[in-house]
Amino acid sequence: MNDTILSVLIFTALALAALGAVKRIGLWRQGRADATSMSVGELIASLAKVPRRYGVDLHHVVARDRYMANTHVATGGGFVAAALLMVVVYGFGIDSAWLGVLLLLASGAMFGGALFVRRRRLDPPARLSRGPWMRLPKSLLVFSASLFVMSLSLVLPEGVGGMISGGILGLVLVAGIAWGLLEMIVGMTGGGSRITGPTKHAFAGALHLAFHRRPARFSTRDSAGIRDSALLPLDLTNPEAPLGVGKPSDFNWRQLLGFDACVQCGRCEAVCPAFAAGQPLNPKKLIQDMVVGMAGGSDAAYAGSPYPGDEPRRAPGQHGGGPQQTIVGASPHARPAAQAVDSDSQTVASGPIQMKAAPGAAGEATDGDKLIHEFKVLVEPETLWACTTCRACVEECPMMIEHVDAIVDMRRHMTLEQGATPGKGVEVLDNLIATDNPGGFALEARLHWAADLDLPRIAELQAAREAARDPRPVEALLWLGDGAFDMRNQRTLRAFVQVLRAARVDFAILGAEERDSGDVARRLGDEATFQSLATRNIATLSKYRFARIITCDPHSFHVLGREYAAFGGDYLVNHHTSYMNELLAAGRLSLDATRLATLGAVTWHDPCYLGRYNGEFEAPRSLLAALGLEVREMQRSGFRSRCCGGGGGAPVTDIPGKQRIPDMRMGDVRETGAEVVAVGCPQCTAMLEGVVAPAGEAEPQVLDLAELMARALVLEASTQGLATSTTQPTDAEVAA
Amino acid sequence: MKADRSSVAQQASAPLEVVSLVSLGQHPVSGRLRRAEQDARALELCLALERQSAPGAVSLSAWHASGSEIALGSEQDQALRGYLGMGLESLTLVTPNAPGAAPLKAVDQPVVDVWPLLVTRLKQAAPQLVVCGGQGETGEGSGLLPHLLAESLGWPLVEGIVAIESCDGAHLTALQALPRGQRRRLRVKLPALVSVDSAAPAARQSAFAQARRGELSTLASGELVHDAQAETFGVAPARKRPKRLKRIKATSARDRFKAAAAKAEGGGGKRLEGVSAEEGAAEILKLLREEGVLR
Repeated sequence: MNDTILSVLIFTALALAALGAVKRIGLWRQGRADATSMSVGELIASLAKVPRRYGVDLHHVVARDRYMANTHVATGGGFVAAALLMVVVYGFGIDSAWLGVLLLLASGAMFGGALFVRRRRLDPPARLSRGPWMRLPKSLLVFSASLFVMSLSLVLPEGVGGMISGGILGLVLVAGIAWGLLEMIVGMTGGGSRITGPTKHAFAGALHLAFHRRPARFSTRDSAGIRDSALLPLDLTNPEAPLGVGKPSDFNWRQLLGFDACVQCGRCEAVCPAFAAGQPLNPKKLIQDMVVGMAGGSDAAYAGSPYPGDEPRRAPGQHGGGPQQTIVGASPHARPAAQAVDSDSQTVASGPIQMKAAPGAAGEATDGDKLIHEFKVLVEPETLWACTTCRACVEECPMMIEHVDAIVDMRRHMTLEQGATPGKGVEVLDNLIATDNPGGFALEARLHWAADLDLPRIAELQAAREAARDPRPVEALLWLGDGAFDMRNQRTLRAFVQVLRAARVDFAILGAEERDSGDVARRLGDEATFQSLATRNIATLSKYRFARIITCDPHSFHVLGREYAAFGGDYLVNHHTSYMNELLAAGRLSLDATRLATLGAVTWHDPCYLGRYNGEFEAPRSLLAALGLEVREMQRSGFRSRCCGGGGGAPVTDIPGKQRIPDMRMGDVRETGAEVVAVGCPQCTAMLEGVVAPAGEAEPQVLDLAELMARALVLEASTQGLATSTTQPTDAEVAA
Repeated sequence: MKADRSSVAQQASAPLEVVSLVSLGQHPVSGRLRRAEQDARALELCLALERQSAPGAVSLSAWHASGSEIALGSEQDQALRGYLGMGLESLTLVTPNAPGAAPLKAVDQPVVDVWPLLVTRLKQAAPQLVVCGGQGETGEGSGLLPHLLAESLGWPLVEGIVAIESCDGAHLTALQALPRGQRRRLRVKLPALVSVDSAAPAARQSAFAQARRGELSTLASGELVHDAQAETFGVAPARKRPKRLKRIKATSARDRFKAAAAKAEGGGGKRLEGVSAEEGAAEILKLLREEGVLR
C-alpha cells in the first residue's frame, strides 16, 4: 500500500514541478526576446551543451572551494541518481535487487554529502543565506535517510523488507520521502506558487548554462572558453530600441534566467570590494532583488546580508517591485508621485508595492546633486553606482551570472533616460562630450609632459615614409590614454618611452588626434558618448598603418582591444607589461638587476582590466622575476585580486561607505611586508598613492612596472643621449 | 494682442505662461557647440518652478531665436537638443517670416539680429514671465539681449536671479544674488523678464534619450533684421590681457581672513526713503553726473 502512496506522491510532485516550471519559464519570458528567435534545433543543441558546461566550466569555479565541491558532488549527484532511480522503482513499480543496490548507493552518497552540508550549516559563514537554506540540510538528511531505509526493503529478504516498508515504520519513511519531494522536487520550481526552495538553482541553473548570454565564456571540445568581458553595445540607430534597463522586464530573458539561477552562496559578496568597504552594494542581494522584481513582491523573504550601511532603511522588507515597475524609481527630476495624483487620494496601486511618498519630502525641490528617493523602490541607485565593475563577482560566481552586465544595463537607463548620473559623473560626461577627455582639457595639452621628448607623431611619420616610398608600418602606436593629463602618470609614460627607446622600438603617438577611449563614459552608462568616441577614434586609427597598439592603461587596453570590435575596430593591442615582456624575451632590452637591489621586496597588484578582464597575469610577474626582485604575492592576487576602487567611474560617483577601497588594498600590500607595490594602471597608481599609512608605519612605494624597468635599463652608447634626458626628472622625483 | 487685458482676466485656472529663452553655447576650450551654461541654468529655474507648482499651474515653453532654419543632425541641432534633454518635450525655433530670401550679398558676414524676432513673438504670445541667461556664449555675447527685450516690451528686468520662490498670477518672489554670497528677496510685478547668471544652481544633466525624443518646432515670426552695426565689426582673436599682480598687503593670517571675509564697503552710497519720485530721480541724475556717466 505504501508503494502506491509513494507512486502517487512521486507523480504528484513531478506534475507540480512541471507546472511550476511552465510558470517559471513564463517569468523569464517577460524579458526581452533575442534579436532572432531560437529554432527547435538550436534549443536542443543548447540543451545538449549543459553536461559539458556543467562538468567543465562550472565545476572549474566550484572546485576552488574543494570542501564544497566534494560535498556538492555527493549530495547533488546522489540526489539526482536517487531521484531517477526512485521514479523507476517506486513510480513505475519496477523493483529488482540490482536497482535496490543502486538506490542504496545513491541515497547513501547523498546522506554522506548531506552530513557535510549540515556540518557547514552549524556555524555558517556570513556570506551564506539563512532562511530556507538552514532547512535544506535537514531536508536532505531526512529524505536520503528515509529513502535509504526504504530501499533496504528491496535488498533484504522478503520478511524483513516487508517489516520496513509496511506498517508504521513504512508510513514514517513515506512521510520523510514526501518532505524531501516537497523540498527538492516541488521546491525546484515552486509548483505554481511564488515560493521556491533552495533547489531552484538546479532547475534554473541548468537552463542558464544552456542559454547563457555569453556562450564564448564556455569551453568547447575544440577550444577553451575566453574571458568574454566586453560590454554588449546598445542599438542607438533605432529610436524605438530601449536604452538600458528601467524595469525588470527590460532585461533580456537570458539575464532573467541567470538571476533565477543564483544559489545564494555569497562568493560574490565575499569578494566584492564595495561590500567590504561598507558601500551599499551586495552583489548577491542585487541578484536576489532582480528575482524579486521579476516575480513581483518585496524582499522580505531574503535571508542573507543586506546592503551595508543605513540599516533601518536597507533592512529586508523595505524594498520591492514588479516586472513592470521601475527598478530605481522615477528620475530624481520627476515630479513627486504624491502630487501628481492629488485628485484621486494618495494611492496608486500599480503592483504589489505601492508608490508612497516619504513624509515631508513631497513638494520640496530636490537637490540634483544628491540621490533622493521618495518612493519605495526595488534598488536604490547608490547600490548600482557603488560598483567598480571589477568583475570579481562574475569571476567567482559558480552559476556564471553576469552581475556587471546587469549593473551597467541599469546605469544606462539612469544616465540615458533619466539624466541621473550621480556626483561628479555628470561633469565628467559633459567634459567628454564637449572636449573628448574627462578633465575638460584641450587635446593639445595631452603632450605637455613630453615637450622635451620629441615624440614622433604618426601622421608626420607616415607622411614622411610615404614620401620616401618606405612601406613599413609603424611597429607600435603608443596610446597615451587620459593618464597623460595626470602628473603622476606622466612619470610612468616618460619611463615607458625610455624603455621603448632603449629597445629601439619604431613607435609613434597620435598626438592631439587621440581622444578618450570612452571607458568611463561606457561604465557610467553613457553608451551614446562611448559610441561617439569609439567611432571617431576608429576613424582616426583607420587613417594610419601600424602593427599594433601599446598602452600603459589597462582600461584603454580593454576598450580598444575588446570593445571596439563591435564597431569595426579590430586591432592587436598590448598592455605595456605584455609588450615589455615581449621585448625582453626577444632580447631587445638588457637589464641590470643590481640597480634595484636596494628596493626591497615587491608585490604586484593585478589591475582588474588587465587580469580578470583580459587574463594577463603572467607578463608582469615574469618581468618582476627578470628584474631580480623578490616578489611577495598578496593573499588576493591573480584572478582574485582586489580592486583598487578606481574602476567603473566609482571615483567620480563617489558613493560613501565605511572605509575606502584603496585603503583596504594598501592593507593587503602591507600584510605582505613588501616595500614596493608594482602597478600597471594609472587608476590603480592614483588610488593606491592616495592612501595615507597608519601612524608610525612606512608607506609602501607605488611604482609602475615601466618605472622599475627604466631604472634597471642598461643603455647602449647610441641611445644614451636620448635616455638620460628622460631619466633625470624621473629619478629626481622618485628620490624625493 | 492682449494688451488691454484687465485684472479680471487673471483667472486662477489659467496657467502661468513662462518662456525660457535659450541660445547656442560654445565650450570655452574646445569651441564645440553645446547648451549655453547660463541659459541652461535659466531653464533649470523654470523647470524647478514648474515642479514645485501644482500640476498644470505653469505652462513652460523654451524658445530659441535663429536667423535660419536648423538642419536635423547638425551641430546646432545637437547643441539645442541639450536643452531638450533636460526634460522638455519641445523647443520652439523662432525664425523670420521668409528666411533665406532676404538680400544678404551686401556684406561678407551677414549678421542677423534675432532680438526683434523675439520681441514680435513675445508681444504675440504675451507670457507673464520670461527667463534667460545673462550673457550668451556665441555671437556678440554682449549681455544686452535682456535689456533690449525689456526696453522694447516695457517690462521690468531683474538680473542675477538664483531662485524663484513663488509665483502667483500677478507677482513673482525671487532671490537675487549679490556679491559675496548675499541674497536679496525681491517681489516683482508680472509680466517681467528675469536673467540668470552663474550664481544660479547648476543645470541638471541632459539625458540622451529625452534629447533624442524631443521636438524642435519652427515658428516664423517677424521680419529678418540685419545688424548693420555688427556687420561693420572687425573680428579678431582675443588677446590675453595683462593681469595686474595682486599685492598682498595683509601681514597676518587674521588680516588675510578679514580681507577675504569683509563685505565690500559701499562708501559714498546714500539711502533714500520716503522721497518722491522726482527727488529720487534727481538724486540718480546727480550720481550719474558725479560718476561721469552723463555729461
